[in-house]
Amino acid sequence: MASKLLQIKAISGHAGTAPGANMSRDYDVCKLVDTTTCIGCKACEVACLEWNGYPFHPTMFDNTYQTMPDTAWNYWNLIRFNEHTAPDGTFSWLMRKDQCMHCADPGCLAACPTDGAIVQYTNGIVDFNQEHCIGCQYCVTGCPFDIPKFNPTTKKVFKCTLCSDRVGAGLEPACIKACPTGCLHFGSKDDMKQLAEQRATQLREHTAHKDAGVYDPSGVGGTHVIYVLHDINSPEKYGGLPKNPSVDPMVRLWKGPLKWMGGLGIFLGAIGIAFHYLRYGPKEAEIREAEIQAGGGNERHD
Amino acid sequence: MNGTTSHATLRHGPPADRIERFTWVERIMHWYTAVVYLYAGLSGLAIFTPYMFWITIVLGGGPSARFWHPFAGLAFVIGIFWMHHTWSQDLKMDADDRNWLDNVKYYITNQDEKLPPQGKYDAGQKIYYWGMFWSTIVLLLTGPVMWFPERIPRNLHWILPIVTFVHSVAALVTIGGVMIHIYMSVSNVPGSLQAMTEGHVSRGWAMLHAPKWYARINTREKRP
Repeated sequence: MASKLLQIKAISGHAGTAPGANMSRDYDVCKLVDTTTCIGCKACEVACLEWNGYPFHPTMFDNTYQTMPDTAWNYWNLIRFNEHTAPDGTFSWLMRKDQCMHCADPGCLAACPTDGAIVQYTNGIVDFNQEHCIGCQYCVTGCPFDIPKFNPTTKKVFKCTLCSDRVGAGLEPACIKACPTGCLHFGSKDDMKQLAEQRATQLREHTAHKDAGVYDPSGVGGTHVIYVLHDINSPEKYGGLPKNPSVDPMVRLWKGPLKWMGGLGIFLGAIGIAFHYLRYGPKEAEIREAEIQAGGGNERHD
Repeated sequence: MNGTTSHATLRHGPPADRIERFTWVERIMHWYTAVVYLYAGLSGLAIFTPYMFWITIVLGGGPSARFWHPFAGLAFVIGIFWMHHTWSQDLKMDADDRNWLDNVKYYITNQDEKLPPQGKYDAGQKIYYWGMFWSTIVLLLTGPVMWFPERIPRNLHWILPIVTFVHSVAALVTIGGVMIHIYMSVSNVPGSLQAMTEGHVSRGWAMLHAPKWYARINTREKRP
C-alpha cells in the first residue's frame, strides 16, 4: 500500500539507515477528529471502504448504536459508540472515530522484524507494505491502540493508511472528504493542533464541558490523528482510548537491549569457542596400560 | 596370511574393541530433534533481529519462515519429550556431578584428571539437557500465544509483549547451549560425533569421559 510519492523517514526491520531520510522537508500531516460534533453517521466508514475497495460488513446489533464490535483487516475505520452516564446523572452518547493514530513513535514499526514491511513517511504517516509483511503480527504486539488486524487467508496485516495514496497526490483522506458535520479536519499538525485547542477552549468557556481538551498523547511522541474530547481526563470512556499510551517497556527491552545483547552474545560465544579450540584443543583419550594393570575400577582383561 | 584364501565377513554391531553408546533409535531421535531445532532456531533468529533476517533466504523467504517456525518448534518439543522419556534417568544429577560443576574450570582448561568420575553423561551434558528441557517448556508455553495473536482477546493484549520477550530469552538460552554442544561434540571431545552417527565409542573414550558408565558396562559384559 505504501506510496511511492512520499519521502520515507523510518523503515522497519532495516539493518542500517533509512535511505533518503532528511533529503526533503515535508509538512507533518494531521487528522483532527472533533468527537463533540460527530453524529455517528458512519459516512467516514463508507468512504474508507469505497476508496480502499473493500466490501461493506454486515452489522451486529448489540442494543446500542454500535454497528460492529471491532475494526477488521478490511474495515479500518469504525465509530465507537458509548452510552455514558456521568456521576451527576448527565447522559451522553459518546462517538469516536477509531482508526490508526499514526504515532510519531510507532510501536508497530519498532516491533516489526521485516525490512520495509512498515514505513514512516516524513509527513508522519505510518504505512504497511503487505508485499514485505511475513505475517508474524509483532505489530499487533507493539501497537498500544490495538489497530493492526490480521488477514488469516493472506497472512498479512492491514490498517488505515491515512490515505497515503491520496495524500501523496495532494488529496485529503477519503474519510475527511465524506464527513457531513465538519467534525473531521485534515492539514498540517501545527494547524490542526491550533484548531483543536481553539475548539477545546471554546467548549470549556461556552459549554458545560469544563474538562474539554485535545488528545495528542506524548507517550508515543504525539500522534498524527488527534481528538477533541469533551472530557480529556477519561479518554477510556470513548471506546477504550488509552489514557497514557506508550510503547510497552517489554517491547523496548526486547527490541533494544535484548536484541543487541543476544546478537553480541552469539558473536562473542563463537569467538570464545574459536579461542578455546586454539588454546586448549581437543580432549584426546590415551589408554595407559601400565596404570590399568596396577588396578582401579576400570580393569581391562584382554 | 600364509593360506590361499582370505575372507572378509560383514561385521554386525560395533567393532570388537568398541562400546555401543547410542542405539539406532536414539540416533534417529537425536538427529530428528537436531534438524527441526535448526529450522526453528534459524528462523527464530532471523525474525528476532533484522541483522540476521537474511537467513530467511535459505529457509524459503520471510513468510515461509514465519509459517514453518511454529511447526518446527512443535516438532522440536516432540523430540525433547522423546529424549526426556529415553534419557532422563541417566541425566539425574548426583553428588559427583555437583562436585564436577564446582570444579568446571578444570574441565574447561582440559585438566580432566582433577575432576570426579562421571557416569554415562557428565555434569556439563546434564546441565545442557536440563537447560534445553526447561527452555523448551517455556518456549512451548509462550509460542502458541505468538502463533495466534489474533485469537487473543483485546483485553489480554498486554500479555503479548511479555510473552514475546520471555520466548526470545528462552530461545537465546537454547542457542547458547547448542553452540557449545556442537563445539564439544564436533571438536572438543573427539569421538563424540561418531558416537551419535555410528553409535559407538572407543574404550579409551569411555574410560576418560564416562568412567562410571564404563565400569558398569564392563561388569555387565563380564568379559573373559
